[in-house]
Amino acid sequence: MSKSPRPSPRDLLGEALAGLAQRPARSVLTMLGTVLGTGAFVAILGLTATAAGQIDQRFTALAATEVTVEDIGGADPADTAASFPADAAARIAGLNGVRHAGVYWPVSPSAPRFAATPGAPANQEELAFVAAEPSALAAARPTLRAGRLYDRFHADRGDNVAVLGAAAADRLGITRLDGHPAVFVNDTPYTVLGIIDDVQRMPDLLLSVIIPTGTALRAYQPPHEQRAKMLIETRLGAAALVASQAALALRPDAPERFKVTAPPDPQSLRADVTSDLNSLFLLLAGISLVIGAVGIANTSLVAVLERTNEIGLRRCLGARPVHIATQFLTESTALGLLGGLVGGSVAVAAVVGTAVLRDWTAVLAPWTVAAAPAIGAGVGLVAGVYPALRAAWIEPAAALRR
Amino acid sequence: MTPVISFTGVGLTYPGPPPVRALRDASVTVQPGEYVTVVGPSGSGKSTFLNVAGLLDRPTEGVYELDGVDVSRLRERQRAALRGQRIGFVFQSFHLLQYRTTTENVALARLYAGVPRRQRAMTAVEALDRVGLAHRRDALPLVLSGGERQRVAIARALAQRPSLLLCDEPTGNLDSATAENLLELLDNLCADGLTLVVITHDPQVAARGQRTLTIRDGVLHE
Ligand SMILES: Nc1ncnc2c1ncn2[C@@H]1O[C@H](COP(=O)(O)OP(=O)(O)OP(=O)(O)O)[C@@H](O)[C@H]1O
Ligand SMILES: [Mg+2]
Repeated sequence: MSKSPRPSPRDLLGEALAGLAQRPARSVLTMLGTVLGTGAFVAILGLTATAAGQIDQRFTALAATEVTVEDIGGADPADTAASFPADAAARIAGLNGVRHAGVYWPVSPSAPRFAATPGAPANQEELAFVAAEPSALAAARPTLRAGRLYDRFHADRGDNVAVLGAAAADRLGITRLDGHPAVFVNDTPYTVLGIIDDVQRMPDLLLSVIIPTGTALRAYQPPHEQRAKMLIETRLGAAALVASQAALALRPDAPERFKVTAPPDPQSLRADVTSDLNSLFLLLAGISLVIGAVGIANTSLVAVLERTNEIGLRRCLGARPVHIATQFLTESTALGLLGGLVGGSVAVAAVVGTAVLRDWTAVLAPWTVAAAPAIGAGVGLVAGVYPALRAAWIEPAAALRR
Repeated sequence: MTPVISFTGVGLTYPGPPPVRALRDASVTVQPGEYVTVVGPSGSGKSTFLNVAGLLDRPTEGVYELDGVDVSRLRERQRAALRGQRIGFVFQSFHLLQYRTTTENVALARLYAGVPRRQRAMTAVEALDRVGLAHRRDALPLVLSGGERQRVAIARALAQRPSLLLCDEPTGNLDSATAENLLELLDNLCADGLTLVVITHDPQVAARGQRTLTIRDGVLHE
């Protein structure tokens, strides 16, 4: 008689689940907030992890070893002097970690006319006319279709030689080099030494007629309207250092005349993606969870008031307040847990689906997936505390009078 | 023989404002196997008497012994256990869980006593048999008639194997023919040795009891 009977936990769980199953539509709607919150949480962590993994993969050695230097001139707009010194390539080549560095610029006879034979009608306006140091071409990592590139000696002597991009060669109708063909620019012939099939950097070159800088400086104006640029290929890992030193190495007297662009640090790139997206969307996920908790609390409270009779009856049948509280707490926790499971599953599907669509590799930390039901259950538990206490406090006599 | 119910100067005053003396100085005993009816006008304190007898409310004065045990000294968890094991309740409005089958409703009676599920289901089936609802085991309360619902409620009370069955207006929601059926069931239960206290304001129902108590303004008369 002094020992009080104990209902089995399994039976209490059964009662709670039966309570949920009574009103399936309401249970599902109540779960929605938790589904959204946990789903958003898992999806965000999964998508950012996947995207970050993607950046790592895409961020190849190619991008990580490229530095560009632009001549941006002085503060005075009337100052049109070129900023690159004549020995710019040599100065940069002297820096540690540089493999190739060269200056290039668009050559500017206004409206150049290109043709494969002298006096042919000009219909090649979309082709570009570019002056480039041999080392700039090398830094673009070209593959040749035919012939070869010009070299330092051609450049130094100012020979009338040219290299064609594949597309430019096609438009001009130059396919073979065995007859030593020439390209005529405004009727000046340039012997075509080679045809570039493809480049890994500066794809514009494929549509260009490229001549040595020495040749360009002899025949045309130095660059001033469209200023010169420099392309630097560095060894892996040296890009940041080279970028920091380039301007000063070029012009110790006026480093501010250059704008140096270094590849973004992959580590910081990933951190950017992660932190920007994460903090915003995790905040949204948190808000969804709070809304979910409020939803569960509200529904549970309504359920307690609705089921006052049932509570009174259970007390008549020997239930103690703790049993009543346990039942309602279990209901809300199960609701949260279920919401978390659904939300987590939907999120995993979304992450995997996105990855498949984009041809990415889905990256999902196991703990983020496992966290969804746990978070859901936690939300349900917390949300259920007050309704459960209210239920436990109901006086059986008062409950049955209704 | 130890009386099932023994009230000595029991009273209950609901704390106000204003305080209501719903039951005053009640002294009464109910012996095992007795069929006692309680009558009185509305608001006279009948339900209050039943709540005190059923351990749903604590009296504010006097001594109440249930089966010889002074229950006013017991702690809440022991009172809950007694409520679940010694006392069966039947209410005017049935109080069935409408989404659960009759068997589940009846089986609920032994849940808080820690009886295993299978055994509870067996007890429930027996109890439904006893009230003549063997064919309605899997029905939901919603499809049952009022009389059938009240029988389910009685089966639930019987499943507790109580020493005392407390009924508050059990025929209040039933028409006279159905009520007569139910009263016959109560007569049978009494004949089987169950102690019955039935609250009513219907004189015909009151006449079924071996003894009738009258209550007026909280004062109980034999
Ligand atoms: N919780 C409470 N607080 C205050 N007063 C109450 C409370 N419960 C009942 N009362 C009062 O106690 C008195 C007795 O109520 P009780 O419910 O016992 O009457 P009753 O005889 O069962 O009436 P009825 O036949 O209408 O059911 C009434 O005056 C009622 O207003
Ligand atoms: Mg009453």
